[in-house]
Amino acid sequence: MFDASPRKLVEVKGLKMYFPITAGIFRRKVGDVKAVDDVSFEIIEGETLGLVGESGCGKSTCGRAILRLYDPTEGEVWIGGENIARAEPADLRRLRPAMQMVFQDPQASLNPRMTVADIIGEPLDEHTKLTRDEKLARVYELMDAVGLNRAFANRYPHAFSGGQRQRIGIARALALNPKFIVCDEPIAALDVSIQAQVVNLLEELQDKFGLTYLFISHDLSMVRHIADRVAVMYLGRIVELAPRDALFDKPLHPYTEALLSAVPEADPETEATRQRIILKGDVPSPSNPPKGCNFCTRCPKVFDLCHRVKPALREIEPGRHVACHLYEIQQQTARTGAAPEAKKSTQQGEQHET
Amino acid sequence: MPDGAEPVLDVKGLRTVFRTRGGEIHAVNDVSFDLKPGELLGVVGESGSGKSVTMMSLLGLLPSPPADIRGGEVLFGGADLLKCAPDHLQSVRGAGIGFIFQDPMTSLNPVFTVGYQIMEPLRRHMGMDKAQARNRAQELLELVGIPDAARRLKDYPHQFSGGMRQRVMIAIALACDPKVLIADEPTTALDVTIQAQILELVRELRQKLGMAIVWITHDLGVIAGIADRVLVMYGGQIVEQGPVGAVFRDPQHPYTRALLTTVPAIRGERTAKLNVIEGQPPIMKAEPAACAFRDRCTVAFDRCGQENPRRITVSPGHDVACFWNPKTGGARHV
Repeated sequence: MFDASPRKLVEVKGLKMYFPITAGIFRRKVGDVKAVDDVSFEIIEGETLGLVGESGCGKSTCGRAILRLYDPTEGEVWIGGENIARAEPADLRRLRPAMQMVFQDPQASLNPRMTVADIIGEPLDEHTKLTRDEKLARVYELMDAVGLNRAFANRYPHAFSGGQRQRIGIARALALNPKFIVCDEPIAALDVSIQAQVVNLLEELQDKFGLTYLFISHDLSMVRHIADRVAVMYLGRIVELAPRDALFDKPLHPYTEALLSAVPEADPETEATRQRIILKGDVPSPSNPPKGCNFCTRCPKVFDLCHRVKPALREIEPGRHVACHLYEIQQQTARTGAAPEAKKSTQQGEQHET
Repeated sequence: MPDGAEPVLDVKGLRTVFRTRGGEIHAVNDVSFDLKPGELLGVVGESGSGKSVTMMSLLGLLPSPPADIRGGEVLFGGADLLKCAPDHLQSVRGAGIGFIFQDPMTSLNPVFTVGYQIMEPLRRHMGMDKAQARNRAQELLELVGIPDAARRLKDYPHQFSGGMRQRVMIAIALACDPKVLIADEPTTALDVTIQAQILELVRELRQKLGMAIVWITHDLGVIAGIADRVLVMYGGQIVEQGPVGAVFRDPQHPYTRALLTTVPAIRGERTAKLNVIEGQPPIMKAEPAACAFRDRCTVAFDRCGQENPRRITVSPGHDVACFWNPKTGGARHV
């Protein structure tokens, strides 16, 4: 999967993004929503890192903070040798072309009063000095690349379907030849049959232009399809980070295990016999995360240490990072080698067999 | 479910049209299906395929205009719901047929307590007094797994999480012991781990209460996990219908076959490239005179553009509306 010298394109170190909670007429700060709480990872050039988790876990905030669409509370984001998190506005503007974003809602992220050519051409206006003809040629080139008919260049977004609108958004992101694109749930708003079209397009473009993606999604099966490595977030923290196959074949963190087990499969026979781990309760509020491990309130394998100490994200096998006390303590025992099914004895939570 | 049992709900030839400024949209075209007692019928299709409109037409939930039900029969409890008096329909809604909507956020009234909203159908349809209704409401909240039910009755919808709100919606739908429960994408707005909780709850409730359920979704995985039978809708029509095992093991319609391969698997073999259904779902501007899927179909031939295929039975209980035969790879002789 990696060539001889994997080059880190993006390096995130201890990223924190807190949003203040204010109260009273003086807007006094009374607390923080810890949307992203001490997240570190890196993205290798040319790879797709999947970032998965449930709504509210901070995955979108993380993606936005990396591109400095938010000012991070703490931490560093290194992209191509520059710390984006602390860059001055003028430097940031110079760096913007290399890092772009594809948004979730293709309806809301396109200006309804601009034509497709204007939308795709806007980054060119901002960052290049192309003549009108050059710009139009570039817009056509981009429309070809994402599979939009050139004849529609002067139409408005409302004339397009959801899938086509997402193509417009992708063309706009590509306009300045970026190296790194954050795809924030790019297919969540699309129909099943259209999702595959957009995902295939993203993969083609990656091969063609050598792009690096941070692919944020809650759709685990799609992430399994597109990502090389996967980071799982829960309540603002990364709980597991591993190569794709390793993660899906043998999830280590109890949350990853439950998350994967919750995804229904389009096969009635396996669905009838499959063992599911049903988590109890809801995700706690990020303004008041539990003491100790963030997952300790719902974890089927919880023990007393989990209520006291937050586990750090540690590498337990080459390339596999887990933040869980189970692996910190018994790193050398057979536990790490056991398949998830074989751990029944340690399951204290509800487990259903149907 | 017993075979050959009298259906609790029988829909025949339903047609719904929307009159818009841009002309008519034929959202539901000659849809017929039945629902056996205790059965869980899954309905799949993309947005715009007519699955929600079909169910809303049954209960007269669509505003008219623009909606216009052009034909068909909906037999429930010996009456045709499309022709009965508004009073009767009102008593069927809620009491006979419960409805769970997709978005638990917008379908609960934010200014009334959850308790009030559960008690409302009880008092209206079951003639309960306040105390009886409150007791029953508490029972219902306990039934759907909301802890501390007595206190939670006094809470407002915003005090519940998404999954808990959907549980409240289920409690309201179940309040008057309906024979049929229609659930319109009830887990689409929820996270997977919460979806798993709700699906588990529905499995339990079915065993306890034994009502028939229509479950609308676009997620084939959900259908595979809970349904007995599945309807596949496309362009406002049922293109395939059959027992869930048969449809997933041996899909007959090219659309069903394609749909099953566009979704990447979460377990087992990983596909290198996703299968794509090219093109867009159709906008039905007229009654279909030809197969609605033909433009996106990889196996379409001349006949598909000339007439609209009728549903034919391929094996007991499994039928398909298509001229192509996946066994032979050629035309079906019908």
